[in-house]
Amino acid sequence: MLKTIIDRLLQGIIVIVCLLTLTFFLIRMIPGDPLTDEKAMSPQVRKENMRIFHLDKSQPVQYMHYWKNLFKGEMGKSIKKEQPVSKIIGQSFPVSVVLGVSGMLIAIVIGIPAGIISALKHNSLIDNGSMFIAMLGISIPSFVIGPLFAKFIATQVPFLKVAGWGDPFDWILPSITLGLGTAAYLARITRAGMLDILSQDFIRTAQAKGVSQTSIIVKHALKGGLVPAIAFLGPAFAMLITGSFVVETIFQIPGMGQHFVNATIERDYFLLQGMVLLFGILIVLVNLAADILLTYLNPRLRS
Amino acid sequence: MKIEQGNSLWSDAWLRLKKNRMAFISLWVLVFIFAICFILPATPLINSPRHTNLANSFAAPSAEHWLGTDQLGRDLLSRVLNGGQVSLLVGLIATLISIIIGVSYGAISGYKGGKLDTIMMRIVDILYGLPFLILVILFSIVISSAAKEHEPKLLNSMPEGIVNLIVNILPLCLTIGFLGWYTMARVVRSQVLSTKKLEYVEAAVSLGLSHKNILFKQILPNQLGPIIVYTTLTIPGFILTEATLSFLGVGVQPPNSSWGIMLNEGANYMETKPLLLIFPSIVFALTLLALNFLGDGLRDALDPKASKD
Repeated sequence: MLKTIIDRLLQGIIVIVCLLTLTFFLIRMIPGDPLTDEKAMSPQVRKENMRIFHLDKSQPVQYMHYWKNLFKGEMGKSIKKEQPVSKIIGQSFPVSVVLGVSGMLIAIVIGIPAGIISALKHNSLIDNGSMFIAMLGISIPSFVIGPLFAKFIATQVPFLKVAGWGDPFDWILPSITLGLGTAAYLARITRAGMLDILSQDFIRTAQAKGVSQTSIIVKHALKGGLVPAIAFLGPAFAMLITGSFVVETIFQIPGMGQHFVNATIERDYFLLQGMVLLFGILIVLVNLAADILLTYLNPRLRS
Repeated sequence: MKIEQGNSLWSDAWLRLKKNRMAFISLWVLVFIFAICFILPATPLINSPRHTNLANSFAAPSAEHWLGTDQLGRDLLSRVLNGGQVSLLVGLIATLISIIIGVSYGAISGYKGGKLDTIMMRIVDILYGLPFLILVILFSIVISSAAKEHEPKLLNSMPEGIVNLIVNILPLCLTIGFLGWYTMARVVRSQVLSTKKLEYVEAAVSLGLSHKNILFKQILPNQLGPIIVYTTLTIPGFILTEATLSFLGVGVQPPNSSWGIMLNEGANYMETKPLLLIFPSIVFALTLLALNFLGDGLRDALDPKASKD
């Protein structure tokens, strides 16, 4: 088990290094530099700015410099906003995490029970109905559901707002908007996993021995049946945390989404790199957690 | 003497698909959507999607404008159809690119096996860990800005329509296709891995056929079922990616249109003119729904073992 964890951790580090390297060179492939848009900048100021941000050096030198600073714990300064990257991220990252995690909770709370019930009531009205709804959830994107929620729910319920991120009530609609699609995927995967397990011999043996239905489901079926769903949690979280870009735009939430798109278009090198680093770390950690949970649930993975 | 005709995999699959009501309806819905998106705009029934008339903005549905007009007085129906052409085209071309890469990568990895397979699959594992949307946004901006640089040069040698396609639509297809092949590679690899142990492949080897022949003529045609199924399920995912990018403002750029752009604009007028969001939403969701149902149905029909019903 320890070997698996170390292996996954190493892989995670490679993922983060690849991600940062790709981002670093890709963003610099966009023609021009971050300072070209500033029309009022005199040649001297421009030169001085280039020097401050090390943009006058060659790319490999900049790259080495970036890593050196990163190991010192410095992510640099946003070129456009004239603020330290750590400050901008410190303000917006918690918002995105709250949104991502609550979206994930919604997805789990709706998706997994729906999948289990569908599998238990295989081919019934409940099964077909919830699978049809799941298909709708997969096919209707958040940028259609979100505005509809804003129009038809937020205006009707007194404590819900169309946009903003003030009190925890404001979390409700965005997290549901974000979580529904993932809930639909989870429901389908959970159902498939449960059906697979429920058709196996050891379940029939348990039934033949007269074990109660509840006990069969809770003690025997769930552990194996949930494996595919839990394996999906890692990728699902990556999907959610980046999907929050869209939901943040719809509900005007001050998370990282707005900064991310702007930083890419404006070539705000250090801000973009800082955000990608945090997203990378977050996704790797969640994947790791899912992997550990998976080895715990599935003895075949432990050897 | 009458010889009993055996059923081929395909005729069996067709029969199974016909029994799956949702999948079969979906197939016809898709034929209908493709037909109206690509054929209807060529007829005089439909106005031009770019013709603006500010005096007639936000018009209600009428005989002249079947779905009404948008904020610039453009005919909404023709915009939905025109946007559909772009969305469907991006989905299809991007899928084609990802299938070509994914199938070759997976086939080589599975067929060669051993160390090469381990390394190739490890690379896929790492690529899989990279956040898709972040890379798609980055790549699409890089590729489109590179394409824009060449625009004046291309305009000298080619008609405007084709240049527009190359500069504005193709970069998106390339981006999504180049970043979306991992699952296909995994699917094909595991299939090839199990098929290459079968006796008929052994026979091909002992006949002295070349590796290329064995892999592409003997093994891969047998994997067509899973490939088709996964292709059908990839298209809606990619259409959704295109729409997400366009919604965020980094996909298709105006005056070009796509369903993603229309959904974005519609969301802005949601409060006062909900029809601007609702009409494109219905067509968009219907297309994705039909593609997903068809994909599920095809999986049940072509790959009964993989279906969980």
